[in-house]
Amino acid sequence: MEDKRQWPLYEVFIRARGGLDHKHVGSLHASDARMAIDHARDLYTRRQEGVSIWVVPSNAIVASDPAETDSMFEPARDKIYRHPTFYEIPDEVKTL
Amino acid sequence: MSAPAPKVDSDSLFRYVLRLGDLSLVLGQRLGEWVGHSPALEEDLGLANIALDLIGQARLLLTYAGEIEGCGRDEDKLAYLREQGAYFNAILAEQPNGDFGQTIVRQVLIDAFQLELYERMATSRDERLAAIAAKSVKEVRYHLRYSSDWLVRLGDGTAESHTRVQSALEMLWPYTVELFAADDLDRLMAENGIGPDLSEVHAAWSARIDAILSEATLNRPADRPHAWHGKRGQHSEHLGYILAEMQYLQRTYPDSRW
Repeated sequence: MEDKRQWPLYEVFIRARGGLDHKHVGSLHASDARMAIDHARDLYTRRQEGVSIWVVPSNAIVASDPAETDSMFEPARDKIYRHPTFYEIPDEVKTL
Repeated sequence: MSAPAPKVDSDSLFRYVLRLGDLSLVLGQRLGEWVGHSPALEEDLGLANIALDLIGQARLLLTYAGEIEGCGRDEDKLAYLREQGAYFNAILAEQPNGDFGQTIVRQVLIDAFQLELYERMATSRDERLAAIAAKSVKEVRYHLRYSSDWLVRLGDGTAESHTRVQSALEMLWPYTVELFAADDLDRLMAENGIGPDLSEVHAAWSARIDAILSEATLNRPADRPHAWHGKRGQHSEHLGYILAEMQYLQRTYPDSRW
């Protein structure tokens, strides 16, 4: 049962500056999405951390099951050839 | 420092700038009383942020007032060592916090006033005031978003929250008259293009407040004649207590610093 005495939980994502991705920074309680934006602004951007805010109701996030970690993620472990570390980079290329 | 417009003496400008600064300072101090007592941690930070914006405005304005006065008083001297009769804020700002709804009602009334005031003052002939107003108007626009959103939630919320904010509105409304009651000082500043015409500010404020109250399903109280003169230094009993708390440290340990 949802506890009606407590505001719903929102996850907060902040874009530090133009061109960067929104990054998850934390969560907060708010009664509605607009209040969540206000709270996120007051809690997470007061030291100039960002230029854009996303909030998402926490219950809208679907997460992978920790019990399935082995089958989900271990099969990738021995496939190092997927990492792009086998290329010779010419010295002239500086920005890769 | 920008030169005051020709026909305005420095004493008048000094008192006018204090009016603006004291409104922000006293309201900021009042909001600060919520820290640690807000209904939610998130609101604690929300109110404290607004309080700090207001204190920041007061710092700029009091610093400027001290320069105009030219007697060596800085922001701290003006904030911490002035008696209540030398404070020129409208007395709406010093009214008690009451419950959260009462604080929100007071905030909406003053936020909307400061927004209309600063928007116009951003084109003041006094360059320093214009710059302070241009910076402050961005802060105040957010303050009004925060406070008016809350007023709508409470007014259009439960029967209990509606009743509480409606009665806070009835209680605080009479004090709004002072914000717009232009005296010689306000007129002098308006005539010289330093401050806005308060009747214009009133009309814009009134339209803005009507829209918010209507969304919040609240009734606008009737205007009643005013007898408040905080802007001339005659205050309600509340300001003395605010100053006692705010000034205690500097009066007990003069010139102490962090």
